[in-house]
Amino acid sequence: MSILVLAEHHDGQLAEATAHVVAAAQQIGGDIDVLVAGENVGTIAEAAARLDGVTKVRVADHAVYAHQLAEPLGGLLVSLADDYSHVLAAASTTGKNVMPRLAALKDVSQISEIIAVESADTFKRPIYAGNAIATVQSEDALKVITVRATAFDAVGEGADAGVEAVDTVVDNALSSFVGEQLAQSDRPELGAAKVVISGGRGMGNGENFKLLEGVADKLGAAIGASRAAVDAGFVPNDMQVGQTGKIVAPELYIAVGISGAIQHLAGMKDSRVIVAINKDEEAPIFQVADYGLVANLFEALPELEQKL
Amino acid sequence: MKVLVALKRVIDYNVKIRVKPDHSDVDLTNVKMAMNPFCEIAVEEAVRLKEAGVATEVVAVTVGPKAAQEQLRTALALGADRAIHVDTSVQTDAPVESLAAAKLLAKVVDAEQPGLTILGKQAIDSDNNQVGQMLAALTGRPQGTFASEVVVDGGTGEERLKVTREIDGGLQTVALPLPAIVTTDLRLNEPRYAKLPDIMKAKKKPLDTQTPDELGVSVSSGLKRIRVEPPAERQGGVKVGSVDELVDKLKNEAQAL
Ligand SMILES: Cc1cc2nc3c(=O)[nH]c(=O)nc-3n(C[C@H](O)[C@H](O)[C@H](O)COP(=O)(O)OP(=O)(O)OC[C@H]3O[C@@H](n4cnc5c(N)ncnc54)[C@H](O)[C@@H]3O)c2cc1C
Ligand SMILES: Nc1ncnc2c1ncn2[C@@H]1O[C@H](COP(=O)(O)O)[C@@H](O)[C@H]1O
Repeated sequence: MSILVLAEHHDGQLAEATAHVVAAAQQIGGDIDVLVAGENVGTIAEAAARLDGVTKVRVADHAVYAHQLAEPLGGLLVSLADDYSHVLAAASTTGKNVMPRLAALKDVSQISEIIAVESADTFKRPIYAGNAIATVQSEDALKVITVRATAFDAVGEGADAGVEAVDTVVDNALSSFVGEQLAQSDRPELGAAKVVISGGRGMGNGENFKLLEGVADKLGAAIGASRAAVDAGFVPNDMQVGQTGKIVAPELYIAVGISGAIQHLAGMKDSRVIVAINKDEEAPIFQVADYGLVANLFEALPELEQKL
Repeated sequence: MKVLVALKRVIDYNVKIRVKPDHSDVDLTNVKMAMNPFCEIAVEEAVRLKEAGVATEVVAVTVGPKAAQEQLRTALALGADRAIHVDTSVQTDAPVESLAAAKLLAKVVDAEQPGLTILGKQAIDSDNNQVGQMLAALTGRPQGTFASEVVVDGGTGEERLKVTREIDGGLQTVALPLPAIVTTDLRLNEPRYAKLPDIMKAKKKPLDTQTPDELGVSVSSGLKRIRVEPPAERQGGVKVGSVDELVDKLKNEAQAL
């Protein structure tokens, strides 16, 4: 068996998620190649070559791959897929955007967002917002898979895999990049943070998220939000945790002014320790919280910041 | 421009699901069904394009059992002009996999030639997030997924679409020539509710049925669901009486600080 892992990268850096996807590939077993596609991605390829378990890094360095647009990236994957039994990517917005194209063009099903590898053809994945776990078996010759990064421990670094260029350039007359607005933050990335503190509609407004920042500074935490907080315009969309936002599984998750709708729980209930601060003692969030504090967040947060 | 909207009948998003005791699937007997929330957003976007004079006709399509016609009627009540039901019950009782749905939708796109096709980004039953991308690949049309804003930019003759996409790091905007495929994210719009007179009128709007056989597509899949289980239950914990107690427990009991 041989597996191709599509590397995830942002801002010239290999993203943490890649090491988690390689871990899933190791559980499947076989040679593991990593594909780094982008423009000026030499240092990213070097970082990928250091990941334990990687056999070889293949680099497609060309302007057409610059913004990870689905059409050229999908075409590139299609051109390489015949060498492999499995192609894996993180269940990130990039992986989700491109992998179904590969699957469709190869006439195979895609297995979305796996959380466990049972064997080379059998996987577990959450369905219905994580309220059920399906075990699925693929009879397709090529397995196209996206991986929930938080469900696999990252591989270490220390390898020294070979790096080779892929010259294929897939013309893209279909889509073009116009621009992007990326969130700037000194805090850890939501998906990778050891501690996450999230605010919901109970925060009242965006200004009040400062109360969370005070606590987050003390804990080195990333800040997240419920969809209601995002919809109300308190904070930008990239902070949304949940079924249709980001999936997090930190050591400690603190939910503040969040009621605990199943769509929110889907994104955080695999956290090791969950704390809920809510003034309504009936709030469903308390059913999953290891420690629940029934309190007004406007009093509890400043006190928490001070006592940490 | 004709706009095609693909929608799926799924369990209502408020329902708490149960796994069948034999672990074969989720129990859907007597469970409230509804249009997938992302598809409601897709219908709303199409209807708004018609109201803005950009779309000339809105066609709703679903792939599924007979009962899915209910959701097509909802789309008609919300403002779609006509509907197409691809009835899969002739081939199977099981829900169709995303790839089969995409292949059937590709046939409908071929026949209807819409300028724009709008889908939800994800069905909340399978949580697959695949069909729009697969449809784009199969039809050779450009894709703008996870859209939070769609602007049809007429300008100088050549019509194109500007799609703002919700990506992990923030927002990305892409330009797509038409015809194109778009999938909706939650913030694209807030869907309206159907009014009673519109629900009555919808009963008279045309609803055409086709079968996978007529379209020349087999709905069989290489992916088998072999077991469905409830997730590991999380034990609810304790309530703490004060911030002091919380900090103490996090430090000494949970070792989380
Ligand atoms: C298709 C679909 C997908 C969705 N995806 C997601 C998703 O990915 N993520 C997500 O989060 N949601 C998602 N939702 C929305 C979800 O259903 C809920 O509406 C949302 O999570 C509610 O957010 P909330 O808990 O912040 O708000 P609310 O439910 O309004 O809860 C606010 C809470 O704050 C508490 N509160 C208020 N004031 C105070 C105070 N002063 N001190 C302490 N507590 C206070 C209240 O007691 C209440 O419990 C989705 C919905 C749909 C239909
Ligand atoms: N059976 C179906 N019939 C029509 N549209 C579908 C069907 N399944 C999925 N779709 C469309 O594809 C979107 C994404 O679904 P999925 O990829 O299955 O998560 C949905 O929101 C629908 O717009």
